[in-house]
Amino acid sequence: MLNYPTELKYTKTHEWVKEEDGIFTIGLSDYAQDALGDIVFVNLPEVDDEVTAGETFSDVESVKAVSDVYSPVTGKVVEINEELLDNPAAINEDCYNAWLIKVADVTDTEELLDAEAYEQVCKEEE
Amino acid sequence: MDLKTPLYDIHVEEGGKIVPFAGYLLPVQYKTGVIKEHMAVREACGLFDVSHMGEVTFKGETALASLNHMLTNDFTNMNIGRVRYSVMCNENGGCVDDLIVYKFAEDYYFVVVNAANRHKDFAFMKEHVLPGTEIEDISDTLAQLALQGPKAYDIISKLLPDECIPKKNYTAIEKVVINGMDCMISFTGYTGEAGYEIYTAAENGEKLWRTLREAGEEFGLIPCGLGARDTLRLEAAMPLYGHEMDDVISPLETGLNFAVKMNKEDFVGKEALVNRGEPKITRVGLEVVDRGILREHQDIYVNDQKIGHTTSGTHCPYIKKAVAMALIDKEYSALDTIVEVDVRGKRIKAKVIPLPFYSRKK
Repeated sequence: MLNYPTELKYTKTHEWVKEEDGIFTIGLSDYAQDALGDIVFVNLPEVDDEVTAGETFSDVESVKAVSDVYSPVTGKVVEINEELLDNPAAINEDCYNAWLIKVADVTDTEELLDAEAYEQVCKEEE
Repeated sequence: MDLKTPLYDIHVEEGGKIVPFAGYLLPVQYKTGVIKEHMAVREACGLFDVSHMGEVTFKGETALASLNHMLTNDFTNMNIGRVRYSVMCNENGGCVDDLIVYKFAEDYYFVVVNAANRHKDFAFMKEHVLPGTEIEDISDTLAQLALQGPKAYDIISKLLPDECIPKKNYTAIEKVVINGMDCMISFTGYTGEAGYEIYTAAENGEKLWRTLREAGEEFGLIPCGLGARDTLRLEAAMPLYGHEMDDVISPLETGLNFAVKMNKEDFVGKEALVNRGEPKITRVGLEVVDRGILREHQDIYVNDQKIGHTTSGTHCPYIKKAVAMALIDKEYSALDTIVEVDVRGKRIKAKVIPLPFYSRKK
């Protein structure tokens, strides 16, 4: 069973977001990692890069395919998860701990869904 | 509408992720995922449903002459119980398909073609077959399973007496009985690993699958989907129709010279191949130098000059490298040549390395 923790928010493009003290942590949802299959490569932006809500900031490659990752917020990257560069499979193992980037100075956000609404989106895509 | 193979219900039961492929609904992977499935074939054994493949029989006094006329390989000195790879060329020297030919009698051959090309191939065969040969597309009557990996022999020898197991690469036994089912078995495959391909009546498909699964359990056999089939064949540098060859690319350009007998008196496409002359492009292996993954249909450059494109590429699980096969200008095909590949607008460096990327220790 795919899992969507209720303490997180989600986008229709299958990213999760957690806000803590103005810092937005962004990762891939369980639905996304499951659909991609074994992830073998992650391209991340650099610290201090700007990201824009609704635009791609990363791509994730599985054995099967490449997939763009979209930013749910507009702001500045303050930290990237460098561990993923060496161990991209961590996203398959535990997608809610294997975050991609942390963003601060957020000026805009995409429409964010709660877990229940997001689960509905996933069901419709199946 | 997409067709189901006789094993569709099994794939669902086994947790397969079903996708449309070549007109069939097939599992791209099971719960284990592509990497584990790939590794199982390299280190233990994997079971694939390849019932989507097309099968055509050639029967009659002129069967041999028909095959020699429409295929690039030469079947004249082939023994009964042998299997031979070939290309089928069009009049322009491009590839209609690649296929394998089984010989079961002087007047009976069995040809296995790619699922996606089945109808095109059969139409082409009907057009070029000689009088005195009966051809029949029997694809829908058969299930085909591939048992691949170093443990394949241990598994099959639980089910068949030793004399009913083909021992040499590209040999076959037409009639064997596995768990009460009539089957044909060959020492063939598309993974770069030792193993068998087993054909049986469509209605036996499910039972044959369950029989092999049960026999293989103690040896670590797991079901494998199309994803692993593709990464395995790429790692072993086996060409795939629609990637390394197509209606335009010639078999000589993609390096299949061993299957194109230019000294044969005549065959469809020979004249065009002669007229096309020495190929200017060739198939090479590429390995990413820094970071990134190559995929199919990406342009390749040396400085500002486009010298070719990738035909297949991914991250290969066993060799743990991002590699690709590519068709490039021969001038740049020397080993260790550094080229640049356009990966979604970004140039990444790759190096020409030998093919195959992986070969089994014998």
